[in-house]
Amino acid sequence: MKKSHTLALYADMDEAANALKELKSSGVSGFRMEDVVVKSPIDHPELSELLGPRPVYIQWFTLLGVLLGPTTGLVLIASAQASFIYQVRGGRPVVPLPPDMVLTYELFILSGVLMTVLATFVAMKLPGNRSPLYNASVSEDKIGILVKAEPQSIPQINEILGRHKPLEIMGDQAR
Amino acid sequence: MSHSVPSHPQMDVQVERKFVPKQKDLGADVTWAKINKDVLKSLEKPRPVFWVIFFSALALFSFGVYCEVYQYQNGMGVSDLNNPQVWGLYIATFIFWIGMGHSGTLLSALLHIIHADWRKPIYRYSEAMTTFTLLTAALFVLVHMGRLWQFYYVVAYPNERWTWPNFTSPLVWDATAIGTYLTSSLLFLYMGMIPDLAICRDNARGARRALYRFLSMGWQGTDRQWANFKVAYMTMACFLMPLAVSVHSIVSTDFAVSQNPGWHVTSFPPYFVLGALYSGCSGIITLFIVLRYVFRFEAYMTQPILNKLIKMTFAIAMVWTYLDLIEYATTWYGSDEVAKADLVYRATGDYALQFWGMIFCAMVMPFTLLIRFVRTNYTTLLIISLILNVGMWLERFQIITPTFAKSHYPWLWTAGWWPSWVQWGIVAGSFGWFTMLFMLYCKIFPSVSMYEVKEMVHEQNMEEKAHATQAEVHEAGLLPEMEGGQA
Repeated sequence: MKKSHTLALYADMDEAANALKELKSSGVSGFRMEDVVVKSPIDHPELSELLGPRPVYIQWFTLLGVLLGPTTGLVLIASAQASFIYQVRGGRPVVPLPPDMVLTYELFILSGVLMTVLATFVAMKLPGNRSPLYNASVSEDKIGILVKAEPQSIPQINEILGRHKPLEIMGDQAR
Repeated sequence: MSHSVPSHPQMDVQVERKFVPKQKDLGADVTWAKINKDVLKSLEKPRPVFWVIFFSALALFSFGVYCEVYQYQNGMGVSDLNNPQVWGLYIATFIFWIGMGHSGTLLSALLHIIHADWRKPIYRYSEAMTTFTLLTAALFVLVHMGRLWQFYYVVAYPNERWTWPNFTSPLVWDATAIGTYLTSSLLFLYMGMIPDLAICRDNARGARRALYRFLSMGWQGTDRQWANFKVAYMTMACFLMPLAVSVHSIVSTDFAVSQNPGWHVTSFPPYFVLGALYSGCSGIITLFIVLRYVFRFEAYMTQPILNKLIKMTFAIAMVWTYLDLIEYATTWYGSDEVAKADLVYRATGDYALQFWGMIFCAMVMPFTLLIRFVRTNYTTLLIISLILNVGMWLERFQIITPTFAKSHYPWLWTAGWWPSWVQWGIVAGSFGWFTMLFMLYCKIFPSVSMYEVKEMVHEQNMEEKAHATQAEVHEAGLLPEMEGGQA
């Protein structure tokens, strides 16, 4: 069954937290806490804790970047040096590792940064379209709680959200 | 003076009698809605002096372009660059701009890692400063080559000549390090701006709205986005710290791995890094005062924040001074007679004015920062910060020119060499180019981070709330009463 959405806007963080707590302990069927999204102008770790674990995997991509980048970079540099046919090295090594470490280090950083950025965009689902229930005031000073649930559960959820002085409750059922 | 608290049987705490509460970084009247309003207003209506600065910079840049075209058409001879004076003002200014670019991203990353909240209202423009100074510095690499069209020779790619750049050359390291730093700084700046771009998107109209919508990429401020954003931003900050140190260390190897007198010094990498931080911090102070006035950021760029910035600049200036003196001492007590002669020549020869000018501007003038009047009078502080940067520019000049003028071989001496007007014109143009780009950036993008200032306000409010609760507990007699509300 296609799920519906409801968005409640709060001016006060404590009220939003209370709404989340009640929602969590309410036992209303037809929705999961994983489907609850908090939208806010700043990061609120205290609200995120109420939502349950939201794992972040960016660091694994970063690790991949810092392993692959310098390895690939060193191989490319060394192979370029080894294939450089017009060289007079005067007895010094064709592939001198200590000075090559400088560029390897730079590539370590560069690939780490690029992979982190790439992973961040993937994890944040960017670029993407804003949800239809987006309200611009969540980028100013309001806190939004967006719940995705079975259509028959929405009235109960709205009732819970409505008990904590929301400024407004919007839903996509009305449209 | 202290006294014990006798009222509670379980506690015997020594309390400072004269407790002075810390001045808050932001005023109590700053609210989330006000932050949005003020910063968005800065994008629409800055003070009219904005246009004066912008068009002056444009005029300066145009003159620089004219000089470059003149040099391009008539050859490098018009710049008076010749053997052994092959770098002149171009590379001196290149190092100056690279150095200026250091503080922005490095300090932003460092202060972010150690959770120094006072960075929040000032880090955005500092990072932008980094980006534009790096772009300006890169121009000088091209300009000093003369043959612009042969730039691609230094780029590493498989080619029909079967040759590669020399990967063991500091110049190639330099290009790679600066390229990495520019890319990473730009991404760091952009990543940090995404939540603010979404705010701009929600409030803008027309072409601006389209631009912000494109750049904010659909950011909604969801908890998942914030969680990922925070991890990514911290990770990038951790990368940028060592990167920034490596970049200016590598720039110093352009000099330190050569045999020229005055350059072959072990302490050059930390000396360059500190010099870069020093000039960058002075630049941040200059821009702090300018932006505060031009964009009406008085509520965000406050005196307590400026004080911290000044203290940091002073500390860095002192470390830099120490390293500079160490460099002279190493040369003086060393056995390299040519290097010693070079040092004497710098202090007493044709470029003595620049040498002592550097000593005065960069070593003596920082002590004025200890005077309260200087710290609190914005006009005076603006002038002092500019003098500090003049000192740092002179430092770069006197690293390069005197060494080339009197090196190992007497038949190559060019004592008294002075750059032509073309070089001065291009250097002046670079200042115009930087100022123009920077002001344009501040007019299009939020130069104060809205969401991070909101975090500051949120934390201040939470603190106040905690103090109020504590006070209530005291009133109820559950805890002993103490001055300042702290045990």
